[in-house]
Amino acid sequence: MKAISDIQEEIIDEFMLFEDWMQRYEYIIDLGKSLPLIDEAHKTENNLIKGCQSKVWVHADMEEDKLHFTADSEAILTKGIIAILIRVFSGQPPQAIVDASTDFIDQIGLKEHLSATRANGLVSMIKQMKLYAVAFQSQRQ
Amino acid sequence: MLKKEEVENIRADFPILSEQVKGQPLLYLDNAATSQTPTAVIDTIVDYYSRYNANIHRGVHHLSQTATDAFEEARATLQEHFGVDKPHQIIFTSGTTHSINIVASGMSALLKSGDEILVSAMEHHSNIVPWQMLCEKTGAVLKVIPMNEAGELDLKAYSALLNERTKMVFFNHISNALGTVNPVAQMVEMAHRVGAAVLVDGAQAAPHLVVNLKELGVDFYTASAHKMCGPTGIGMLYGKEEWLLKLPPYQGGGEMIAEVTFDKTTYADLPHKFEAGTPNVCGGIAFGAAVKYMNSIGLDKIGAYEEELTRYASEKLLEIPGLKIYGTAENKTSVISFNVEGLHPYDIGSLLDQMGIAVRTGHHCAQPIMDFYRIPGTVRASFSFYNTYEEADRLVAGVQRAVNMLQ
Ligand SMILES: Cc1ncc(COP(=O)(O)O)c(C=O)c1O
Repeated sequence: MKAISDIQEEIIDEFMLFEDWMQRYEYIIDLGKSLPLIDEAHKTENNLIKGCQSKVWVHADMEEDKLHFTADSEAILTKGIIAILIRVFSGQPPQAIVDASTDFIDQIGLKEHLSATRANGLVSMIKQMKLYAVAFQSQRQ
Repeated sequence: MLKKEEVENIRADFPILSEQVKGQPLLYLDNAATSQTPTAVIDTIVDYYSRYNANIHRGVHHLSQTATDAFEEARATLQEHFGVDKPHQIIFTSGTTHSINIVASGMSALLKSGDEILVSAMEHHSNIVPWQMLCEKTGAVLKVIPMNEAGELDLKAYSALLNERTKMVFFNHISNALGTVNPVAQMVEMAHRVGAAVLVDGAQAAPHLVVNLKELGVDFYTASAHKMCGPTGIGMLYGKEEWLLKLPPYQGGGEMIAEVTFDKTTYADLPHKFEAGTPNVCGGIAFGAAVKYMNSIGLDKIGAYEEELTRYASEKLLEIPGLKIYGTAENKTSVISFNVEGLHPYDIGSLLDQMGIAVRTGHHCAQPIMDFYRIPGTVRASFSFYNTYEEADRLVAGVQRAVNMLQ
């Protein structure tokens, strides 16, 4: 298992390879298209994240002490952004997710290239994933 | 109709239009939200703060008098522009939302349980929520004038809804989400036949049409300067004199009183009764300058050009496979609301933003319209007279590029 910080480094490196933001957007769109399907049963009101202009669902499952996320959104760019977050956080122990820094978002310049509403949505998504981690963590204790 | 060279000259009046966004020339197509500001208006604001910034109506000194005169002159400009009898029928407000709230709040003293008020199905939230609050307070009942697939109000249904219990009707002159131009004069006449008062939200119409309030016969009309080349935070409420006299004041404070003792206060005459506190003096003066600027070009020419440009852009956009325009009324202008099959409006809007193209996405503060079409929202491109045919082409190419990337 790779550490969260290593995965974040990889993503930063990948984003550096692109020459402009249109190419980065193309990449995010591709990620969005290849995001694995979420079980329709998990697209519940409970899993809906507040603060996004498009509907976003994030679901978490615990397997062998690791948290696994699945997600979906009506908007492809949003799906692409969740795909990045899932790559970073999914398959990690809850404590590592709780402790993880999210500076990489600023380092790849994602936030400044999103509209304000989408940037709020991004913050809400990260917050929700961390909340899941806290919840599973406290369940175990 | 504006000619190409005229539009080029007009563009030079707007400094912001030479801005770069994300490395590309700004293409501003969010005019229905807020229009851009010409140098004439910017200069007026600078001049006010540089030469005669003062409180009005109360000073004995020179600056106060100069500011008061300029503020009242702006009121007179609006009076003349909207074909109104007396200057005090124009109340300065912070904008359309404020104007509607003044009327809705005042009406709570005049309505009783069982009275009916009618709202159109294509309203901005600011022309829905204050009336819902009014109904909660008074027990009056809110009924909805339905619209058809094209986004036109159903006048037969409207006629059937009107009866002797109907006390007020309110609808917009032009819909901000669909661009529909509603038949104001006809709808006013129908309402007056049953004795109902009419408030028309003119936020979207005032920037595009010559509006003569006396001819339209409305009881109340609202506008926001920031959609008419003026600054934000200033707008107007027009009212028929009888209504403005009948309506209780909205806020208490300075400026709106005639006499104050601890036993009783008597209210000032119009328009001050509704202008409590120090008004947005600079804003009011700049609003006047904005109206003068638009009139120097000619609102009839502006309106004709915008209608043609909107039609041109609509036709070009419809060549994109899967693109659907919401709001196809016979009489429409300046707004194109659309979606592309299978794509979320937010994705298209975000990619356009990367190309320096400013549009709006979402429900445009008109959720009932989105529910009507069963969509989460639309992409909205809204045009002004400083937009060009080349810009319309750039929008279409941008949408096509976004669609290619997303599909
Ligand atoms: C039709 C309509 N009504 C009301 C408003 C609200 O105007 P303001 O925000 O200036 O009060 C708007 C502006 O978005 C509008 O388009």
